[in-house]
Amino acid sequence: MNRLRWRKGVDRFWTVVSGVAVLAAVIPLASLLWLVISHGAPGLTAGFFTSLPTPVGEPGGGVGNAIVGTFFMVGIASLFALPVGIGAGIFLAEKGDGKLGSIVRFTAEVLSGVPSIVIGIVAYGLVVSHMKRFSALAGGVALALLMVPSLARSTEEFIRLVPSALREASLALGVPAWKTSLRVILRTAVGGIVTAVLLAVARAAGETAPLLFTALNNQYWNTDPFQPTASLTVQIYNYAISPYDDWHQKAWTAALVLLLLVGLLNLVARFLSRNRLQGAPR
Amino acid sequence: MNAAQEISPVNSSPRRPVDSLDTPVRVSPEGPAPVVAAEPPKLTVKNLDAWYGSNHALHGVNLTVPPRSVMAAIGPSGCGKSTFLRCLNRMHELIPGARAEGTLLIDGQDLLSRDVDPVTLRRRVGMVFQRPNPFPTMSIRDNVAAGLKLNGIPGNHHEIVERTLRQSALWDEVKDRLDASALSLSGGQQQRLCIARALAVQPEVLLMDEPASALDPIATAKIEDLIHELKERYTIVIVTHNMQQAGRVSDQTAFFYMGDLIEVGPTEKIFTNPSEKRTEDYVTGKFG
Amino acid sequence: MPPPSDISAPAAHSTPARAGNPGDRAWGWGITIFGGSLLVVAGLILYELGRVAAPSWGQLGYFKFLFSSAWDPVQEKFGALPFIYGTLVTSGVALLIALPVSVGLALFLSEMGPRALRAPVAYSIEVLAAIPSVIYGLWGLFVMVPWLRSSVEPFLQKTLGFLPIFQGPPIGLGYLAAGVILALMILPTIASVTIEVLKTVPPSLKEGALALGATRWESIRISVLPYARPGIIGASLLGLGRALGETMAVTMVIGNSPEIHASLFAPGYSLPAVIANEFAEATGDVHVGALAALGLVLFGITLILNAIARILVEAVARGPKGSRA
Repeated sequence: MNRLRWRKGVDRFWTVVSGVAVLAAVIPLASLLWLVISHGAPGLTAGFFTSLPTPVGEPGGGVGNAIVGTFFMVGIASLFALPVGIGAGIFLAEKGDGKLGSIVRFTAEVLSGVPSIVIGIVAYGLVVSHMKRFSALAGGVALALLMVPSLARSTEEFIRLVPSALREASLALGVPAWKTSLRVILRTAVGGIVTAVLLAVARAAGETAPLLFTALNNQYWNTDPFQPTASLTVQIYNYAISPYDDWHQKAWTAALVLLLLVGLLNLVARFLSRNRLQGAPR
Repeated sequence: MNAAQEISPVNSSPRRPVDSLDTPVRVSPEGPAPVVAAEPPKLTVKNLDAWYGSNHALHGVNLTVPPRSVMAAIGPSGCGKSTFLRCLNRMHELIPGARAEGTLLIDGQDLLSRDVDPVTLRRRVGMVFQRPNPFPTMSIRDNVAAGLKLNGIPGNHHEIVERTLRQSALWDEVKDRLDASALSLSGGQQQRLCIARALAVQPEVLLMDEPASALDPIATAKIEDLIHELKERYTIVIVTHNMQQAGRVSDQTAFFYMGDLIEVGPTEKIFTNPSEKRTEDYVTGKFG
Repeated sequence: MPPPSDISAPAAHSTPARAGNPGDRAWGWGITIFGGSLLVVAGLILYELGRVAAPSWGQLGYFKFLFSSAWDPVQEKFGALPFIYGTLVTSGVALLIALPVSVGLALFLSEMGPRALRAPVAYSIEVLAAIPSVIYGLWGLFVMVPWLRSSVEPFLQKTLGFLPIFQGPPIGLGYLAAGVILALMILPTIASVTIEVLKTVPPSLKEGALALGATRWESIRISVLPYARPGIIGASLLGLGRALGETMAVTMVIGNSPEIHASLFAPGYSLPAVIANEFAEATGDVHVGALAALGLVLFGITLILNAIARILVEAVARGPKGSRA
């Protein structure tokens, strides 16, 4: 009887341990979110979204050019990454069971673990070292290289969610295989693919390291792909490591803006993937 | 998974006015070939063999199906009846490592040959699957017209949609909401929609792979009624796990066991006076 | 409707085609080219990395590069050891903290936690994974580092100060700060992969133990954890790979000093951090080359770790070995 009580005690002990683990993860998260919001919110004015950064000590100013720069470079990245990433994902889902498929899949898995700073060096080599200047294009290429592998894998997974019964149904109607893939399978998976794209875009928008020496930074508005360009993340970094209190304040506000942007993209992505394929035959 | 449906109340329910075994059968029980002499067979299968990798799943099947009749394929799980059905419109080719050899004649034309695009065959031989599989992104109307649209067949789709929905006994239930999602229908309605979809491309032969196994008794009864009506126009081959259903809907029955076609003949004869011991054991419930 | 006409049918249907029509072949080739382009991207990454690093090849011996601790770009002295050391130490600390927490989290989410709490906790983990690393760095720099300096490090010194790793002035910025922030960042990776692995454990194993009268924890210890162990190791390696390559948060809290210290309280440096700090203002081709060579080292380590991790995780997903039949 005593033995049983001991064993039950052990059981309870480990349950508590797992609860402590949860607290160890949730408390820092809560602290982080709360501080970004509470420190960031006071600086959140309309001007913060529309103005250029001001020098130290000068009031006002914002990160308008950095927001535009982030969108601009993520746009350039999507231009390269979406066709290749989605195309590779379709390949993996449709023809990925063979030898080439498993090689491509393994490559995608391993590439998605390559540190983003290393990808920055690659983009530097591909673009900056040839053009002899930092540019939005180089930043975009870096982000694209980061997006492709994960986009390929998530596209594959969303396409594979489409029940094979739909493929059978279409083929049994005498529809050729390629039309079946394009107009039945992909048509059904399109919501999932949009989700994958939004998640990839959200991740790219939050990247800093590969932009430090590809896009560099810029104190002014820029929409020339061949010029250095500001981004929200690099701006947060520069503000944060500066010794000035009013720049620290701007770092928090810019972080709040970035968090809202990334959070919004994630929310939309979740919403879309939840509504997809509900009730579809298995 | 099919164990449950075998004992489902459908089997014993007296809901159908005509008992299956009273259904007139066109051939005399003692005739050697189950074909009406006057009409050439719609479907002729000669020496059909099928393999999954090295597993020889179907051994030299020979049979014929007369036009405008229903043939049921029965047998225990893994007996080859579904493989047989899939070979009839080359859907087996979707399974990696599967292959089939033999001759499949429709109106005397071989459609299993390598030179024939399976797409060509599948437009003549439609198929309805075990579980209803409407296209989830399409409306009811677009589902019916899917084969026409995806194949780029021009014409008055609206008229065909109405006609095939009437043929599949679904028109009255959906005519006011043709643009609703196909997923808004019940399971039985979805299955009749899938039948309509298969009919819309005007096949000559309709294959049904346990079309009622995922449905409730009432929906099953509707599908069976529908099969009776459809055979006025189409040649139907149906795989069923359910012997009572085979008895109710079919004119001929083929019994498969371990990849062999054991016996084929008029349904009444198969169920009351089979020539083979194994057939008798199976239909009387001694195994399977 | 008239019955389908047998007369018209052959004319419309009998166009013979070779197996696989042109559309199918074009589609197949098209998507194969896209799939293959991923391999091209991989090749490009390797090639460019080597090309940018090349100017340093002649200047530095491999051995000297990897095992010298002098880093002075002005005098073109490049020794990678402080960075390799800093990377390994911070990642090691991170794994040491994150692994038990992640496994606890995974068990909470899949076995032990009250059901009502599971969804919000799982959602929190997803949020943790989605936060950009520069925001972790910001929080680390202004919230965590001061806390380490004023509370944690003095406490560790008082209680465990006899260990060399907890000696020296508590500065806040340093290996420990980098390790803790990394732990937080790799936690979602390890936890989510561990959950996936736990899901593949056949319920019959657990039920078998429970049916013999085992408590819930005993059934986990006896049947679940042994089964999932290779997968949990794989998950840890994935997390480790993430920690090794993480740049911004580490750069912001590690102190950026190219020295080697035994104490976790001391400032250090890591491979990604030095690349981030020096690349844009590198003083010449050799400096750029040396930084790219550091990148190559990092690339090599993460590549190997990821490959091993994937193989381990998939081995569990594929199911039990013969002995467990």
